[in-house]
Amino acid sequence: MSRSNVFAFALLLSALGIWEASCRIFAIPVFILPPPVLVAQTAIVRSPLIFPHAFTTGMEILCGIALALGVAIPLAMGMFAWPWLEKALSPFLVTSQAIPVFALAPLLVVWMGYGMEGKILMAAIIIFFPITVALLEGFKSCDREYRVLFRLMGAGFWQTMRLLYWPWALPHFFAGLRVGVTVATIGAVIGEWVGAQKGLGYLMIQANARLQVDLVFAVILWLSLMGLSLWFFVGWLETKSIHWKNSQTL
Amino acid sequence: MKLDSLVPNQARLFLFLYLSAAVWPMLAVSGLTKTFDRDSIFSGFDFTVSLNRFTVLIGPSGCGKSTLFDVLTGACESNGGKMSWQGNRVDNLGDLAAYMHQKDLLLPWFSLLKNSLLPATTGGDNRTRAEQRAIQLFARLGLTGYEHHLPHQVSGGMRQRCALVRTLMFNRDLVLLDEPLSALDSITRKSLQSLLLLLQSEFKRTLLMITHDVDEALLLADDIYILSARPMKIKEKITLHDKKPRDFDKPELLAIKKRILQKLEGDIIHVSE
Repeated sequence: MSRSNVFAFALLLSALGIWEASCRIFAIPVFILPPPVLVAQTAIVRSPLIFPHAFTTGMEILCGIALALGVAIPLAMGMFAWPWLEKALSPFLVTSQAIPVFALAPLLVVWMGYGMEGKILMAAIIIFFPITVALLEGFKSCDREYRVLFRLMGAGFWQTMRLLYWPWALPHFFAGLRVGVTVATIGAVIGEWVGAQKGLGYLMIQANARLQVDLVFAVILWLSLMGLSLWFFVGWLETKSIHWKNSQTL
Repeated sequence: MKLDSLVPNQARLFLFLYLSAAVWPMLAVSGLTKTFDRDSIFSGFDFTVSLNRFTVLIGPSGCGKSTLFDVLTGACESNGGKMSWQGNRVDNLGDLAAYMHQKDLLLPWFSLLKNSLLPATTGGDNRTRAEQRAIQLFARLGLTGYEHHLPHQVSGGMRQRCALVRTLMFNRDLVLLDEPLSALDSITRKSLQSLLLLLQSEFKRTLLMITHDVDEALLLADDIYILSARPMKIKEKITLHDKKPRDFDKPELLAIKKRILQKLEGDIIHVSE
């Protein structure tokens, strides 16, 4: 185990230890701050209750990411192919980011109801911008000499996109996606807070109202686990897709 | 009877081809003009590139060389003048010239073989035949056994040789060389220079280089065109007859170098006054 791993592990253990100890020493009521052992216990014991909700939230996040990608990739390619389109659209894109998207959550409930659609849309709206911008910047960062080479080889736009621009932009794309997937979780949960019939956000609100704070913490634990696994999955996908970069360091 | 009439015909055809190659230069540029917002980059620009010769356009930095390159390759339109290719008028050299750069421009995500096959891929050439040819060239340039390596797994020299194979896979007689080699370290530069000479001597390519490096021009060129600063014009054409590779210490070469530098410096002083 490396030094950094030992340190990180020690930090985690001591934080949990202080938490557990202060709950016992100061006799904090469970409905205010449950000790970590109880949280872990609840997270496992109540998992039959939590899992269906986690599934709903997970689906919302994944569908949101898919929807965002489905819009962001063609849009970035279009804005790259036609600079006039980029000029025309960029004010709208920036403005759409200036709107506090979380503030739209109640509206989305009014428009789309208590189902998953509103939450998917919420997640998608939030992450679509960083992905589009990252991808567009990635395309644009391609050096002039490479473009000249492909032009003289007689390659068309799609050929150049497939062989040159897309792989070139992949590191940028994944940087955007990494930011995106973590924020998508927040988007889905806030969407569920405002109005839902299912999902971890809904479960949290219900538990909070009943002062089942240990369950609130357990849900947060599961949410973090979901976010983490999503993060690692994107990281794994990145190392797989950008294989030529990783073998360099080996 | 039929055979008799065929043979002279064939001979005539050969004679015609031979003469046309001799009469028409491979590339003739005349009266080429480019202006940006009334600012004249170059006007009335004439030069010729002859078959299997190494032509160098040399000019001070910022004289409009890259604009000239863009006009030649068709990245932007000229405002006048014409280009002819073996006597036929063409708009640009986009479909006629191969491209080489001081950087190897290999794509890091493709193997050396796949990189060298890119011109065949985009040109829709017969895949197996292109691959056979590439493998032959790999053998000639000492790259056998490295076909499936990624560019970062081999040395800089091997990457350059792979880039040379890619240039040859264009199957085009003219090779455009963009930017001088002066940004390279001296060893890399030497090896690239010798590869360029190989391109001319063994693979019978015609080369056109646009640069601001006098030493480079003297080492490589058969014909040198000296360019003036804006608006870019051709000041003088110098033909070098020395065999290559050249010895830099020869007094004739030094004299020519002096002449070129004087011409180029004349411009700099003119600009600063």
